[in-house]
Amino acid sequence: MRKSLQFLCLTALLLGAVRANAATDEAIPEGMARIPSGIYRPLFRSITDPVEVRVNEFCLDALPVTKGDFLEFVRANPRWQRSQAKRIFADENYLRDWAGDLELGPNANTNQPVVFVSWFAAKAYAQWQDKRLPTTAEWEFVAAASSTRADGENDPAFQQDILRWYSTPAAKELPVVGKSAANLWGVHDLHGLVWEWVADFNSAAVTGDVRNDTGLERQLFCGAGSVGAKDVRNFPAFMRYGFRSSLKANYCVHNLGFRCAKDL
Amino acid sequence: MNMSIVRRTSVFAAVLIAGLAIALPNSTFADEGTVLAAGPKPIDPEISGEEHAVLTQAPNVPPPITRKHATKVIVEMEVIEKTMRLADGVEYVFWTFGGQVPGEFIRIREGDQVEFHLNNHQDNKMPHNIDLHAVTGPGGGAASSFTAPGHSSVFSFKALNSGLFIYHCATAPVGMHVANGMYGLILVEPKDGLPPVDHEYYVMQGEFYTTGGYGEEGLQGFDMNKATDERPPYVVFNGSVGALVGDKALTSKVGEKVRLYIGNGGPNLTSSFHVIGEIFDTVYPEGGSQASHNIQTTVIPAGGASIVEFKTEVAGTYVLVDHALFRAFNKGALGMLRVDGPNNALVYSGKEVDAVYLGKAAGGGETERRVTALRAEVAQEIKNNPKIANLTKEIQIQKGKSVYMQTCFVCHQPAGEGVPNQIPPLAKSDFLTLNGRNDIIRGVIAGRTGPIVVNGKPYNGTMVPMSYLTDEQIANVLTYVCNSWGNSAEPFTVNEVARIRQESPAPTAASSFE
Repeated sequence: MRKSLQFLCLTALLLGAVRANAATDEAIPEGMARIPSGIYRPLFRSITDPVEVRVNEFCLDALPVTKGDFLEFVRANPRWQRSQAKRIFADENYLRDWAGDLELGPNANTNQPVVFVSWFAAKAYAQWQDKRLPTTAEWEFVAAASSTRADGENDPAFQQDILRWYSTPAAKELPVVGKSAANLWGVHDLHGLVWEWVADFNSAAVTGDVRNDTGLERQLFCGAGSVGAKDVRNFPAFMRYGFRSSLKANYCVHNLGFRCAKDL
Repeated sequence: MNMSIVRRTSVFAAVLIAGLAIALPNSTFADEGTVLAAGPKPIDPEISGEEHAVLTQAPNVPPPITRKHATKVIVEMEVIEKTMRLADGVEYVFWTFGGQVPGEFIRIREGDQVEFHLNNHQDNKMPHNIDLHAVTGPGGGAASSFTAPGHSSVFSFKALNSGLFIYHCATAPVGMHVANGMYGLILVEPKDGLPPVDHEYYVMQGEFYTTGGYGEEGLQGFDMNKATDERPPYVVFNGSVGALVGDKALTSKVGEKVRLYIGNGGPNLTSSFHVIGEIFDTVYPEGGSQASHNIQTTVIPAGGASIVEFKTEVAGTYVLVDHALFRAFNKGALGMLRVDGPNNALVYSGKEVDAVYLGKAAGGGETERRVTALRAEVAQEIKNNPKIANLTKEIQIQKGKSVYMQTCFVCHQPAGEGVPNQIPPLAKSDFLTLNGRNDIIRGVIAGRTGPIVVNGKPYNGTMVPMSYLTDEQIANVLTYVCNSWGNSAEPFTVNEVARIRQESPAPTAASSFE
């Protein structure tokens, strides 16, 4: 009952949002989807974090940033070219699948998602676009939607579908973006293509107290990983949290890309 | 939100750098290979020398440690996510420590200082870490070894306690990481070592939660619901069905001592580990230091291990099972130990007598025995004459079915379908129609070995003699088999079977389960 009420509320909010902004649709940048405001309940939070996070209306790229997009960026910003980037901002794997500073390589497709990018590089790209990286709350809120409902996390078929990506071998060549169906908000490829950076990727794991040896929240490990988690059956969310907290901001990983957000 | 996060990150960095208490130039902070631990490591006066650990894939175990002092041991382990065989025709994406399930066996000595390098292969999708139960300290190394794809972590620990321990990945959701095969064993030898044996083997049980049922072919995904309900289609030793059977069986010779390091990765099920036909002379329950003797079945908890030792006295094939038997017969928890050498009739005779047994009531005085014998004679007479016994074909089929379900189905499968490449099918079997009735009966009594062709497919295995079945049981089970699953034949009679049994030479070797 509560769930359906929630859903109704969300739908009402969405409809309201659509009506309210009907006149300003031109304001939505090309290639972005309008995300209505809503509530996100973090999978992991410390005692001081709120149970619910309100996500304000915002725009999110409908597709992950592609290699073609990123090529334009490094052309315009030579200091982000592979040979120029500082190791402190991008580790030695930065753009390692490219053939050179401005060459993607013979087998690359400009429509593949860009990977091997650091958080710093992703952030710089977003700024160059006059955008920003989405927060964990924003990203998770959007990614929770299946193609038909906002609360896809409560749809076992949707969850199992996401899990399938984790239990299939990595493709030799990355698929191109936009091949999967859009979700309820018109956003593609949140699952099943690449992992994505978020602005606060390390907020779930880095504790406020840095006196312990690594600064990692013990709660993410072993059985303890379920302590304080709001939904122990949400395996995909566990894996995303786990993945994000294994990262450092200069890491560049073969299946980690990003997309940008923008305030309305 | 964005700003506060950035601030938090830089505060973290600042505190961390301050904590290093070394004048690190800023630019090296985030370099690859950043040293995160504070200050120089304290020196352990016990440690002398340094060596690289020899790691082995199951069922092999690294050689015993001969040095008499503690040393620094460097362990290099790589996490690899890869598609491998789970059963014939069935594939699964395993997450592995070192490329196989179970992970590589690590052998160190009590007091050793271990420098552990965990390398997460760059093509992997997931971050991973390692929790070694041999580690004393929060998380067993998990937090210190948490590693993104394409990165390495290093941490050190001192092996304070001897024993056999498991290690596993402890990244959330931990159950899934373990269910995908992320476990292995680390042996911390006591300072004085373990008594010498002739063979040491590494066996680890684990279950797999595939989307398809047991034997369903193709690449199988991980089924979250089956995992949470603890309903695995597969329970196996060493990562796949048949990893320890046939030419991959463990081996020993008569008179030799065997030590098995048995682990249970789980993630959910407790193992009732048993070797059919062996009594464990010594068990170190749960891998600890207390020895127990004369054990038949030893419990191995999920996330636990056990050391079992026994002398192989009698030649034959011994079957390793989880004695929760449906896991053994229906889910794959079977392994084999082949013992070669001369038979030892003093310890085990093989079959000596095959007689009708009519129950305890047959005892008593001379008269009673005589009456019983007469009754048996009458019963035999009735049996031999189906008309009197009203033993119709249907009744024979019914009785034969119960024999089949106790004796034959383990190999030939409940619907007679056999096992691809190993056990020939009985269903719609041209072998049964092409060979004469006598030959079929002889096969059951005397067994069958060597190459045959059934329905166009070659098989080269051994069917053990089933001579312990009575003539009646053999007649019935053959009537059942030859009138089921698309087969059709006249019923087999007790007389037919008895005649063939007269002609057949008695089997020489003890029946073995092969």
